[in-house]
Amino acid sequence: MSAIPVGLVRSGWRTATSLPIAGRVGLLFVVFWLAVAIFGPSIAPHDVGAVVSPDAFAPLTAAYPLGTDYLGRDMLSRILHAARFTVGLALVAALAASATGTTLALIAATAGGWIDEVMSRLMDAFISIPSKMLALVMVAAFGSSAGLLILTAALSYTPGAYRIARSLAVNVKTLEYVQAARARGERLAYVAGMEILPNMVNPMLADFGLRFVFVVLLLSGMSFLGLGVQPPDADLGSLVRENIGGLFEGAPAVVTPAIAIATLTVSVNLLIDAISGRATRVVEN
Amino acid sequence: MEPLVQVEGLRVIARKDGGEAPIVKDVGFSIPKGEVLALIGESGSGKTTIALALLGYARRGCRIAGGSIRIGGTRVLELTPGQLYELRGRKVSYIAQSAAAAFNPMKTIMDQVIEGALIHGTSTRAEAEAKAVDLFAALALPDPEGIGSRYPHQVSGGQLQRLMAAMALITDPELVVLDEPTTALDVTTQIEVLRAFKKVVRERGATAVYVSHDLAVVAQMADRILVLSDGEMRETGATAQILARPRHPYTRSLLAAAAPQVRGEGEPRGDAPLLEIRGLVAGYGRPDASGMPAARVLDNVDLAIARGSTLGVIGESGSGKTTLARVVAGLVPAARGTVLFDGKPLPTNLKERTREQFRRIQIVFQNADTVLNPAHSVERILARPLAFYHGVRGEEARKRIARLLDLVKLPAALAARRPAELSGGQKQRVNLARALAAEPDLVLCDEVTSALDTIVGAAVLDLLAELRRELGVSLMFISHDISTVRAVCDQVMVLYSGCKVDAGSRKALASPPFHPYADLLIASVPELRTGWLDGLPARLAVESPPPGAEKPARGLCTFLDRCPVRIAGVCDREPPPRRDLGGGKEILCHHTRAELEALQTA
Repeated sequence: MSAIPVGLVRSGWRTATSLPIAGRVGLLFVVFWLAVAIFGPSIAPHDVGAVVSPDAFAPLTAAYPLGTDYLGRDMLSRILHAARFTVGLALVAALAASATGTTLALIAATAGGWIDEVMSRLMDAFISIPSKMLALVMVAAFGSSAGLLILTAALSYTPGAYRIARSLAVNVKTLEYVQAARARGERLAYVAGMEILPNMVNPMLADFGLRFVFVVLLLSGMSFLGLGVQPPDADLGSLVRENIGGLFEGAPAVVTPAIAIATLTVSVNLLIDAISGRATRVVEN
Repeated sequence: MEPLVQVEGLRVIARKDGGEAPIVKDVGFSIPKGEVLALIGESGSGKTTIALALLGYARRGCRIAGGSIRIGGTRVLELTPGQLYELRGRKVSYIAQSAAAAFNPMKTIMDQVIEGALIHGTSTRAEAEAKAVDLFAALALPDPEGIGSRYPHQVSGGQLQRLMAAMALITDPELVVLDEPTTALDVTTQIEVLRAFKKVVRERGATAVYVSHDLAVVAQMADRILVLSDGEMRETGATAQILARPRHPYTRSLLAAAAPQVRGEGEPRGDAPLLEIRGLVAGYGRPDASGMPAARVLDNVDLAIARGSTLGVIGESGSGKTTLARVVAGLVPAARGTVLFDGKPLPTNLKERTREQFRRIQIVFQNADTVLNPAHSVERILARPLAFYHGVRGEEARKRIARLLDLVKLPAALAARRPAELSGGQKQRVNLARALAAEPDLVLCDEVTSALDTIVGAAVLDLLAELRRELGVSLMFISHDISTVRAVCDQVMVLYSGCKVDAGSRKALASPPFHPYADLLIASVPELRTGWLDGLPARLAVESPPPGAEKPARGLCTFLDRCPVRIAGVCDREPPPRRDLGGGKEILCHHTRAELEALQTA
């Protein structure tokens, strides 16, 4: 291993160990779910679509640690596959929303004047559309596919990211080091990318985590309504929906995907709170 | 007789990097009744921490770890929180640095001034109000009967500071703690406040602790001085003794820094000025039909800076001095007038400037804390202008950065650090090095020493003088502090409300005649001797106008409403003429040279 990854790992470890206890719990679960998304399908004990047991809604047993679903498929394998969809789609959509929002915000804030005005009003118009409604309309119009779900989620959450990023950028822009760069004759692109952006990365990362959670909930909700990821693929939301019939029997098949969604979103929130809380403490000192 | 205040072995410790570090180490002193003790030191010396400890208070992250404080019959450090509540504002009261931040803008001044008396039940509302009016009169506040019914934003900063003194004195406390009460004020305003404080302290025989970094101010106010640095006592003695015969080397260095020496004269080269400005008008806000900005900050300003020389620009806050630098730097467009750089017109709009023009004019901003990008290392901060202007990269850039750091007397090891890891003085040096990396012809220095401690500031001034000598750059040196301008500048101009009211050589600044405002400004700078405040001539008793007061009509003298020597029927009717007093000295005033000399030597 070369020196740089070792250094990165070390500083990452230092950051992790300096987090408060809730932040460490959050980090643990976030790392767990990322690992599941990456390796899950390859370590799943059974094929995702295979009906392995004659019992539907079987309880937790040694053979099927998380029970079976409404067709008698292994729940553990189902969740290991579904997590990849949920985490993957949400990650791509949240990344797209944050990146687009931040880029547009930097353009608006550095250019100022009418460009800023037009972009901001446009975003205000977008932000007034409820995200669920937009998603329902999009699916109704174009049919559901992974690409469309990502596009819809990204579109819904870009204006929020833009708002946050713009208010950060406008604040940073008035600071003297940005003025100094302008007086040096720097181009706007340099000012935006090199002077302003590095000083809004931390809050934007926190915002990204929040958007990720929103997207997870939006996609799960869509799947629960049957408008999200379509069979034979399934995300965590679809798993809840498929097995809703087991709710009255108290089947683990309906509870486990719900718990999966909960741990994923809550842990991301815990981690964000810990990291942004730490950032403010550093600033105070 | 037993002293009123007795402090022994005081220790305060602060949490730092997980551990604890002492910030006040074994400090002890006593104050007899009716005396004023000054705590003097630079930032981080622990002076404010000690002052707060007298109220039994430690700031967040700090705690009083040992020692004893006795005020009258009260042992402050042994009190319960409930008893401390009785102490504060009753037996010991506190006057903070920024009165503007200490007053509630939503309540009338009277309600806030008498609040302490009502809380502690020392008098009824009617008694307290009568007492407040007496205090207002004693503090030389205008309209003592009526000022209480105003709101804080309706009085000037100097008046607010005095009102805060009234607030502190309303309960007849045994001890008053004044924490840098005039540091945030302009020098002409400072005088009003110092005079009022001194009068009240003397009349009431108040016992006080006066915290300050300014020896000259302290010399006027204190009976005894305690010199602090790094939380330790360096020297204590009577004011006259400390000023005349300091024993500790640290005290001597403080004294030396407080009276800046002239640092070498520049040699103007060539006859064409490097920078010339004619009839400049600039400001902020939407331009009107004729292209004039809504808020005009600079009005008809002319100036010239010869090659290799330094022009000092003096004025109080709001005089337009920073805007002047920003116009030259291209950050604020000029509405009227021309700016010539090296004989050629200089666009005042960033977009129209060439990179070469950017390179030749560099601006050094006031606040070193915000002027360096916290996300960049020192090396990256300095590498940027090298790459941007000179195309220098890699190994060559590293060599040049090392040279630049050496030039501003910083160790090369600092290159890897980020601004947050530097001290204030180090940041200001990096700030300066960044400007020098461009190899400029003209450096605009905007209050570069104002945020620094005296000793650090003096070192930066030395550095500037040295750089001027070695590199031959021209400087525009903007400051509110006359003594620093005197120390580094060849030419000086005085701005008041955006107008150039007085201009001349450094020598012209040493003796009358001056423009009446320049006279007020120069005479208001406290001198390093006791009794200066009491010996001030009567013409300096000028009340500063409240904010939002009507400005003199456009065209008339901007100083009209404050001028102690205005001529009725002339100054309020006709615009002042620009008078050439000979020797390159010119002023904007109706008075003739002879009249001004007679008025100002009186």
